[in-house]
Amino acid sequence: MNGVIDLSLWQMFFAYLLVVLVMGIIKLRGVSREKELLVASIRMTLQLTLTGYVLVYLFESMNPLYTILVIIVMEVFAIYNIYQRANMKLSKKIKDIIALSMAIGTLSSIIYFLLIVVNISPWYDPRYFIPISGMLIGNSMTGITLGVTRLVDGMRSKKHIVETALMLGATPKMAAKSIVDDAFDSAILPTINSMVGIGIVFLPGMMTGQILSGISPITAIKYQMAIMLGILGSVAFTTILFVQLGYRTFFNDEDQLIDFN
Amino acid sequence: MYEIRNVKYKNILDIDNLKIPEKKVTSIVGKSGSGKTTLLRLLNKLISCDTGTILFKDKSLKEINSVELRRKVIMLPQQPIIFEGSIRENLLIGLEFSEKELLPDDRLNEILKLVHLDKSLDSEAEKLSGGEKQRVALGRVILMDPEVLLLDEPSSALDDLTEDKIIEFVANYSRDNNKTLILVTHSKDISKKYSDIEIVIESGRISSIESKEA
Repeated sequence: MNGVIDLSLWQMFFAYLLVVLVMGIIKLRGVSREKELLVASIRMTLQLTLTGYVLVYLFESMNPLYTILVIIVMEVFAIYNIYQRANMKLSKKIKDIIALSMAIGTLSSIIYFLLIVVNISPWYDPRYFIPISGMLIGNSMTGITLGVTRLVDGMRSKKHIVETALMLGATPKMAAKSIVDDAFDSAILPTINSMVGIGIVFLPGMMTGQILSGISPITAIKYQMAIMLGILGSVAFTTILFVQLGYRTFFNDEDQLIDFN
Repeated sequence: MYEIRNVKYKNILDIDNLKIPEKKVTSIVGKSGSGKTTLLRLLNKLISCDTGTILFKDKSLKEINSVELRRKVIMLPQQPIIFEGSIRENLLIGLEFSEKELLPDDRLNEILKLVHLDKSLDSEAEKLSGGEKQRVALGRVILMDPEVLLLDEPSSALDDLTEDKIIEFVANYSRDNNKTLILVTHSKDISKKYSDIEIVIESGRISSIESKEA
């Protein structure tokens, strides 16, 4: 098998040249999107360069505290990102539930996946811990964002249906069931869809990266399968926790709907 | 059945003392915005009063589990709410919510006859007219065999004739089956025609109580 082709500065220049060509075509076509393309390319370059140096430092220093710190930063960023991307007013209670579900759901999935499935040694090996945690946290973040939006929207738009169910003797759990199920579906469906299309419609980034770096496709595929199952587990666990705890924030201790509009 | 003592709810309701007897038809009459629906919601424990006490069978509502109470005291809202699915599913959903035994189609068809609705159980409930939906909602509540029925004026979804028929039916059903009916209406005529006790509310306060038997 051939070794990895490291990209020289010239080769990188040609990669960027492609963007310049695209910008030229866009300008000729009269579509005013060249500014966004330029900003996106510059942001991507700066972010990845910085990440590259940080990762090199972390991998070389092999310090468990650094690994833990990176995971905390990822979690905090992901939780903050959910609050922003939900694009609606969220109560303090539901924000707390989002943070709790993300922390418990992703951390337990990360620990299970890295220490039992992959069995890394030492337990904090940043080469495994950081990228795999990133994938699990990132996908759970996307799942929970969809779940939050659907749950809050559902509880607002179907408030009268939930209240009628309460009038008919339903517990809050029964009254909110269809909304909770719907929120869980919308959170988990993108992960299920990506599992269905994987390997046929597209080759996932992690597997492509491993193959390009010279690892056998069989090993890369085994890793990809394991990571997909890990992502599914993490998204499902995080979202189940969120919807099961989240719907309750719309009711008080007397099983009455809270006036949240 | 109910006793209300010094109850206040926001700036909507302020009741010093009120007793609602069991196994009678009690109507609560008042203009729109006078606090009638709020009173029903308090009795059903969909909301709780800010101050004061509401007793149900001599026990404070605070000490009664809300879900348990709502399985005995069922409220029919002004706007009928229909769930996705057939008439059958809509009739049975109350029994499912209150974890009671589901009933066979024969019994469901009897209920449809009782509420004067000539439709198949398989018909899609969403496609019914406002009045028909109100009758399905009423049938759903009767199937649950509650001790107390709280009926918020159904007039918004019905024409006068249908409204009269429905209230007549519910009043007769309640008397025949020894149920307590608390009926909210804006119509003095309906109240006079069907109720044993008439409570008039004005701006959140009780202005008069009249009993036919007195």
